[in-house]
Amino acid sequence: MSIPVLKFDAVIVGAGGAGLRSAIQLSEAGLKTAVLSKVFPTRSHTVAAQGGVAASLGNSEEDHWHWHMYDTIKGSDWLGDQDSIEYMCKAANEVVVELEHYGMPFDRTDNGKIYQRPFGGHMSNFGEKPVRRSCAAADRTGHAMLHALYQRNVKANTQFFVEWMALDLIRDAEGAVVGVTAMEMETGQVVIFHSRATIFATGGAGRIFNSSTNAFINTGDGLGMAARAGIPLEDLEFWQFHPTGVAGAGVLITEGVRGEGGILRNSSKERFMERYAPNAKDLASRDVVSRAMATEIKEGRGCGVNKDYILLDITHLDPATIMKRLPGIREIGIQFAGVDCIKEPLPVVPTAHYQMGGIPTNYTGRVVVPKGDDLASVVPGFYAAGECGCASVHGANRLGTNSLLDLLVFGKSAGDSAVEDLKAGKAHRELPQGAAEQSLARISALDNRKGGANVYETGLAMRRCMQDHAGVFRFGDMLKKGVDKILEIEKAAHELEIKDKSMAWNTARTEALELENLIEVAKATMISAEARKESRGAHVRDDAPDTPEFPNGRNDKEWLKHTLFFPQEGNKIVYKPVNMKPLSVETIELKTRSY
Amino acid sequence: MKREDYGRLRWRCSRRALLELDIALTRFLDERFDQLSEEQQQVFVELADMEDHDLWYLISGQAECEDPRLAPIVALLRKS
Repeated sequence: MSIPVLKFDAVIVGAGGAGLRSAIQLSEAGLKTAVLSKVFPTRSHTVAAQGGVAASLGNSEEDHWHWHMYDTIKGSDWLGDQDSIEYMCKAANEVVVELEHYGMPFDRTDNGKIYQRPFGGHMSNFGEKPVRRSCAAADRTGHAMLHALYQRNVKANTQFFVEWMALDLIRDAEGAVVGVTAMEMETGQVVIFHSRATIFATGGAGRIFNSSTNAFINTGDGLGMAARAGIPLEDLEFWQFHPTGVAGAGVLITEGVRGEGGILRNSSKERFMERYAPNAKDLASRDVVSRAMATEIKEGRGCGVNKDYILLDITHLDPATIMKRLPGIREIGIQFAGVDCIKEPLPVVPTAHYQMGGIPTNYTGRVVVPKGDDLASVVPGFYAAGECGCASVHGANRLGTNSLLDLLVFGKSAGDSAVEDLKAGKAHRELPQGAAEQSLARISALDNRKGGANVYETGLAMRRCMQDHAGVFRFGDMLKKGVDKILEIEKAAHELEIKDKSMAWNTARTEALELENLIEVAKATMISAEARKESRGAHVRDDAPDTPEFPNGRNDKEWLKHTLFFPQEGNKIVYKPVNMKPLSVETIELKTRSY
Repeated sequence: MKREDYGRLRWRCSRRALLELDIALTRFLDERFDQLSEEQQQVFVELADMEDHDLWYLISGQAECEDPRLAPIVALLRKS
């Protein structure tokens, strides 16, 4: 079968913040640039980001990128690479001011500067006291950012392929990336995008968990494609959770609910936080609350038929207070839990929110993999940025407002690196024989398989397995069982069957293809988490507790290293050292992370 | 509605920027959409084209729908 080939200098997969930011660099450099997106760009999940973007502008009080760097390294529990973190914190002011020039409507101070507010974990003078560092546009920062970036791309003549799904990465015999295959949803046609530079900006894979704040679109497509093409996945054991998402739906319940007096209760209506945090109780930190909830569920004191959620009770509060102080909460309860929180408690569970790991890159946005003795050898023609990339600036845990910064800084640097590499003047490398074969075979298998696994049931089994075995608080025995289970589910995920065989707008087929990506991330997460026998940042294990020898369960002697998971090589793990050497300043030395 | 049009609508309802809308709109498609008249279905298609935050504020009652043509479907979405 002859497959159409479209030739571009650069193809970018994903039109969220990172993809759009990198596209600007390429299009404005006069390069022929295509952006592929499953949805219209302004429907990307970046729109959901509310918090703001961190930059040490110092508009409200003294601030410095070096202090921001310290906070980010501490937040990462020292797993973040210090060169990448210095690079990001230093570049923050420039990318924020650029965005302002693109038309981003930041909130302003009386004298017209960008208004800055405090945000958890951001401090002045190396952890001394909170500093105002977050730049926002009301509660629609991500939305405003995406619109500004999209307009700039329209002006720069970026070519958009909207409602297209990228399927597989194309590598030549030397391992260089020469493009992707993609499917147009309106026709079902598969096309080869032949490019000199390929940038992945496909976002996270939060949908591997049963309870996730991520929109349905976050299926880790870039990670799945990379994994199938032999690229390892880095640090996927690290996922940030939020303590209170609506059970079964994932929609976030703001921490303000506990701030206003909300109480967490188990199946016997006990206020269990009194046992775990006698002073702070329900207002203890996110980590402490999430862990206590997970322990209650694991020990059989969860609520409901499956004993798998906790109750958040505000029935004792004055309804007028609820309506005034917690706008939208009652509607969220009614819409997503079928519960009127004025009369009944809300079912909640710790909910996955952000993926710290991803496709390994350096701070220039170039994808790097082990080759011989070199643990970070550049893959020619391949770049990644945003939540799908791992530079690694978030390490074992991410600070709020650093995700929007990450996508701006590394979107731009990936774009700049591609421009630099393309200006070196190399022509398109030749496409390998049968460049689309893998994609066509996957689609044909879906269309022709009889008696295969059901997409919905297999997806549900995966999400439940991840939630139960690799959730916010991890137990050695559960992780071990989780590995066996996810490997079983993986078999089913590679044997999917769909009933609808039509070409145009076949959502059943698209969802099956998405599940084939998700399962790669789920497997990498479970196996990497089981293997890491310490607690660090967001990866907290019951069998790696806080001791004088290992404060917070962190074991730097054995585990100060990044995980690289190779699904194509028998699920092998290779570890690579954390880069403790910043670009221009002294190393931020190891310390116990406490707030 | 033609199969292809429905497929497009289903994709656009189930791949939103906001999780709240993914859930609310796909549930509406599963439970209510078939019972609507052709004209009402077109109104729903229009609503589904709105910006995510604007639509979520309407559905969650944080904003009022002032367009009398859209209001009845918004009311159904709130209850669904």
